[in-house]
Amino acid sequence: MKQGSSYMKTFINGLLTENPTFVLFLGMCPTLAVTTGVINAIGMGLSTTAVLICSNIVISLLRNFIPDKIRIAGYIVIIAGFVTIVQMLMNAYVPSLSSSLGIYIPLIVVNCIILGRAESFANKNSVGKSAIDGIGMGLGFTCSLTLIAAVREILGAGTFAGVSLFGSGFQPVSIMILPPGAFLTLGCLLAVINIIAGRKKKAAQNAENLNAEGDM
Amino acid sequence: MDNLLVVSHSPHITGNDTVRRTMLDVCIALIPALIAGTWVFGYRALVVTAVSVIACVLFEWLWGKILKKPASVGDLSAIVTGMLLAFNMPVTIPLWMVVIGAFFAIIIVKQFFGGIGHNFMNPALAARAFLLASWALAMTTWVAPHTSVPFWNTADVVTSATPLAAYAGTEGAVGEIPGYFDLFIGNVGGCIGETSVLAILIGGIYLIARRVIRIRIPLTYLLTVALGTWMFAGHDGLFTGDALYQVMAGGVMLGAFFMATDYTTTPYTPVGQIIFGIGCGVITVLIRVWGGYPEGCSYSILLMNIVTPLIDRITAPNRYGASKAKKRKEAQA
Repeated sequence: MKQGSSYMKTFINGLLTENPTFVLFLGMCPTLAVTTGVINAIGMGLSTTAVLICSNIVISLLRNFIPDKIRIAGYIVIIAGFVTIVQMLMNAYVPSLSSSLGIYIPLIVVNCIILGRAESFANKNSVGKSAIDGIGMGLGFTCSLTLIAAVREILGAGTFAGVSLFGSGFQPVSIMILPPGAFLTLGCLLAVINIIAGRKKKAAQNAENLNAEGDM
Repeated sequence: MDNLLVVSHSPHITGNDTVRRTMLDVCIALIPALIAGTWVFGYRALVVTAVSVIACVLFEWLWGKILKKPASVGDLSAIVTGMLLAFNMPVTIPLWMVVIGAFFAIIIVKQFFGGIGHNFMNPALAARAFLLASWALAMTTWVAPHTSVPFWNTADVVTSATPLAAYAGTEGAVGEIPGYFDLFIGNVGGCIGETSVLAILIGGIYLIARRVIRIRIPLTYLLTVALGTWMFAGHDGLFTGDALYQVMAGGVMLGAFFMATDYTTTPYTPVGQIIFGIGCGVITVLIRVWGGYPEGCSYSILLMNIVTPLIDRITAPNRYGASKAKKRKEAQA
């Protein structure tokens, strides 16, 4: 029972409590660059998730073998290997998505979420937990990207995942799918999230206390 | 007895200048340009200005209400922002775009950064840049003066070139190059508030006479533009540009007197203000002569707004009694 709840906690940690985009501010480059459309955001999020899960598992497996002094180099080799696999798979099966994400797929290698989780989580925790952490963080990243992309695409192009929403009379706010729109959206969403988080902090703490009592 | 001994912090001598009074002066100074705009472009210019002002005040009031901040509508700064925003738009602009511009100016540029005195760029100009990036066509639909503009379907109007586009010979910009007199009284195409040099000068002189603004920034700005365009904007090589035409056409006059002199976003040291004015002028000339837009006034002021904190830092005056070397040491620390 305790084991299960700790897995759950790790998962929720990645998804919400330490959401990589809105709480840890990791992976800002793809966050700002590829969120021009929902499809792009989901594609980027899921491919990062795949790399993150695999690299977390492998690094966790090898955590007692990799010498401490060269661990970063070791992580990069592992991560780059998985990114190459993902890149080839995407090229083969979803070529249009692959071409619209372009350089940002190989750049997953240097995405700081992946290296960050390898350094701060996978090399200290068991394989199972590291895998769960990868799933949680990856989905947290995907959700954040999708949220930003949804705002930008709806306002900036009047579409959602390529489907037109408002008809031909709508004149989209083009700046939202241009680079400034990424910063505007991220800033506004962060403000909203901080307000909600601040208000719900106490409520969440109370709820957590209740849950803990319930588990016992 | 209480009146005999007053204990308070310095400063002990205060003037009568208030934010409200200053903003009221700016509003008064903008009225000639509004009258000129209404005369040139018809009653819709007045409607656009009214919508812009009302929307700005409304957003300012709503922000205070929702966040339970002290009411800031009374300082009239939202009215100034509203008027300047309207003056920066063509008369054909759809009214809903005006409201979105007002939202961007007041909420995002001004209040998100802490309200009056804390915004890092001019709200009206930032909103203009936002609208221009989003709806470039609507923001550059110019009509000839005294065209009757329909109230709603403004996209159908016959467009004409602005004086600057005509001068630059931009592709698709047909229209005669207007004479100096038309430019001076504002009988040309362009944004609502920018066309009439006469009206802006009346407002600018009022502001200088009332000591609301100092002449440093407008003067250095206009001189730099004149010099730069005389040297580089000519069609027949160096030093053949029509400096008088370039200074009177476009938004430089409006920008120099009303937007490059905003207290919050411009340097407060005299030397800094001169650097600011020259910088605005240089960027304006760069954009006009070599840039993709016919007009560069708004971007030049926005860019210089951003470097204002740096200008203030390098031109900070010496503290009384402190040596230059000491000051340099302090700056490094």
